[in-house]
Amino acid sequence: MSAPPILEVRRLSKSFGALPVAQAIDLELRPGARLGLIGPNGAGKTSFVNLLTGTLRADGGDILLAGRDITHLKPERRVQLGLARTHQINALLPEWSACDNVAIAVAERDHVAWRLFRYGSIWRRCTDEAAAQLALLGMERLAKLRVAELPYGEQRLLEIAIALTLKPRVLLLDEPAAGVPAAEAHAIHDALDRLPAEIAILMIEHDMDLVFRFAREIMVLVRGRVLIRGTPDDIAANPEVRTVYLGRGKG
Amino acid sequence: MAYLTILLDGTAYGMVLFIISVGLTVTMGLMRVVNLAHGAFAMIGGYVAATIIEQGGGFLTAIVVASLAVGALGAIAELLLYRPLYRRGELAQALMTFGFTFVVIAALTALFGTNVKTLPAPALLIGLTDLGYTHYPTYRLFLIAVGAVTALCLWLLIDRTLYGARLRAAVDNPHMARAIGMDVNLLFTGTFAVGCALAAFGGIIGAALLPLEPFYALRYLVTFLIVVIVGGVGNFKGSFIAALALGIIDTAGKFLLPGTSAYIIYVLVIVLLLWRPHGLVPARSAP
Amino acid sequence: MKTAIDNPGPALAQLGGGDGRLRWAWHILPWAIALGIFFVADTYISLGTAALEMILFTLSIDLALGYAGIITFGQAAFFGLGAYAAGLFSIHVAPDPLLGLLFGTIIAALFGLVTGMLILHTEGVTLMMLTLAIASMLSAVALQANGLTGGDNGLQGMHISPLFGLFPFDLWGRTGYLYALGVLLLWFIAAWRIVRSPFGRSLDGIRQNPRRMRAIGTPVWWRLVAIYTLSAAMAGTAGALKAQTNQFVGIDSLDLLVSGTALVMLILGGTRRLYGAFVGAAFYVVVQDLAAEFDPFRWMFVIGGLLIVIVLFLDDGLMGLADWTQEHVAGLWRGAFRK
Repeated sequence: MSAPPILEVRRLSKSFGALPVAQAIDLELRPGARLGLIGPNGAGKTSFVNLLTGTLRADGGDILLAGRDITHLKPERRVQLGLARTHQINALLPEWSACDNVAIAVAERDHVAWRLFRYGSIWRRCTDEAAAQLALLGMERLAKLRVAELPYGEQRLLEIAIALTLKPRVLLLDEPAAGVPAAEAHAIHDALDRLPAEIAILMIEHDMDLVFRFAREIMVLVRGRVLIRGTPDDIAANPEVRTVYLGRGKG
Repeated sequence: MAYLTILLDGTAYGMVLFIISVGLTVTMGLMRVVNLAHGAFAMIGGYVAATIIEQGGGFLTAIVVASLAVGALGAIAELLLYRPLYRRGELAQALMTFGFTFVVIAALTALFGTNVKTLPAPALLIGLTDLGYTHYPTYRLFLIAVGAVTALCLWLLIDRTLYGARLRAAVDNPHMARAIGMDVNLLFTGTFAVGCALAAFGGIIGAALLPLEPFYALRYLVTFLIVVIVGGVGNFKGSFIAALALGIIDTAGKFLLPGTSAYIIYVLVIVLLLWRPHGLVPARSAP
Repeated sequence: MKTAIDNPGPALAQLGGGDGRLRWAWHILPWAIALGIFFVADTYISLGTAALEMILFTLSIDLALGYAGIITFGQAAFFGLGAYAAGLFSIHVAPDPLLGLLFGTIIAALFGLVTGMLILHTEGVTLMMLTLAIASMLSAVALQANGLTGGDNGLQGMHISPLFGLFPFDLWGRTGYLYALGVLLLWFIAAWRIVRSPFGRSLDGIRQNPRRMRAIGTPVWWRLVAIYTLSAAMAGTAGALKAQTNQFVGIDSLDLLVSGTALVMLILGGTRRLYGAFVGAAFYVVVQDLAAEFDPFRWMFVIGGLLIVIVLFLDDGLMGLADWTQEHVAGLWRGAFRK
């Protein structure tokens, strides 16, 4: 209640021709927030995240990160200012090891990746921190394996590891558990539980158990418009949400 | 009135470019394969037709036989050389097809030498037609007519037939097309063959404007690519417009601003691609 | 599969068990060969110089294309620009070779900077087309401006004064050879450092997945512009060298064929290995020279065929083949001793 919002979204809009993807969406996230973003397929959830990260350019509205207007900034600039994401479909560097994937993120975060000289010591420092980050997530055995050789669940975990390494203020998770076999999913759930408390997190998910377990607040998106926002209990009880999304089976 | 002549000349040139390039835009759009050897197929068609005519065959016979032969050659090439590279990305395809072009150039040089190969037109089409204000080469009118008819037939084929619908679906989303049971492999091979046959057809009838010599394949490669990429890869209408525009602007430039015309085209292409990276096609609206 | 970043050295370097000293020995090898040619094979010096210039040019493409993944088919623009700049400099300003070399390099770099900034936000076929269009445009302009460039006949009347005032560029080409070798060595060291630096690593990342790199805050466009400019500078130096050692610039320096053949050389030798450029360019130049004796176009047949075979079967070029051979030989060797 006391801390100012770390992320503010005001009347964010985007259409592809006649197809509205975001319709005047408002959002406020405070530090430490845990917001679940749900909605039927095609509701525009991933597009919303893409608008926040800058991958998609908005037609209208504003986005403010810690009070600073980032609406017209390039995606990489927003990352540098503290906005990180994971991808619905893994976007990793397939030829490199897991450790190197994280190490390059360290290098970029510390603004040393453009350096041409003294590479040995710089890179060693980056890989050391990367190894530590992977150990935190229980991935130390796999650190040296090439991404292409990692099981899918570990690749999803790596996405999260890289995002965390950036020490973001706002973290956007796009279906972190999607496609992960049940046997490996607990690692993702553990990682999500242990995410640093001060980061504001927005998570898109279809796994309702995960959403209700993780989120302190839920926002429902339908056809680019916010249907409702409230606590998990509010959402579960809301009849509109039930018909639109949860379906009669949820009871 | 000279402007009308420029327009006619440019249109004739544009029609030839269209006929040759339409196969390329469809295969690049469909199989998403960068095919730098397309000009080579056009060239082979021209040489085969010229040889047939030399051996006493008629013009029409030469066109049909050569186009079919090149189509068959294209089908074989697709199966052996192109198919393994679909997953390998644009660079691998560009390089392989570039190498293929080299091989074709070397082969044709060995067979025919480096001089321009003449492709005599039938007596019916030689000569001039009285257009009122001037006497205009009949062959160019023939090119314009053939181009228009070909464009119309292709449009009907793509827009109005089941094959065309399948083709468009597969261009839009090959994965989905496979998922609903479309035999995408057959579609690819067949379409590639048709594309090569069309290229050969264009190469044959266009030999008067684009002279046949072994380096044809490289010399006009950039031109064909411009038609395809400026028109929008996979965009049939776009390539028609781009081909005509290129033909007319180039011809007009040569006439009105001799010397500068050569690089004006490239400047225009650069500006256009910077403004619209995907060509004349409206930006894809995939969320 | 060892990535080139971890082991950009010659393919057989691991045969010594990864021994540091032996690795350096393998590094010396290509340079020793190059020097050897100078002392031993007098008649091949001009061919050797041409090979050295092509190696430098191919190296420039390896940086832009092999490491950073920029699909450029128009690298000849920078090569030709460097050549003409150096040539015109020697005619109109001063015949000193080093100044002319610097001038050619800088002009090419500036052109690379400007065009790179314009086109590097695009990718794939569009980017390829833009590089082609720019190179074609430059070629047409050069042909047109025949008052300046000599047009079809090429730039003539170049005169290069002796290197350091001591070593004249004579008909035997000995100065030219060592000059080219020295310049190549300097650029090679620069390329080596770049490739193994964090900057070079980030470029490799951009090649594999630009989306991922943006997601970690990499200013992708800036990095690409930087390497493109560097690559252009390198290509410009190669062109300038060619102009100075031949004291002539032909209109074909800007041709698509030049870009294409350098690409072939790179693929032949193997991308992302730096020494791949050496192997590929040397191989190509030798084949072309040998085959040209029989039939000017037979080399196109051989090179084209090789390119098809390599793209289809040998992903990593000749050096990849050497790697594969070495791995299997070493395996057999070890296997024999274990018994």
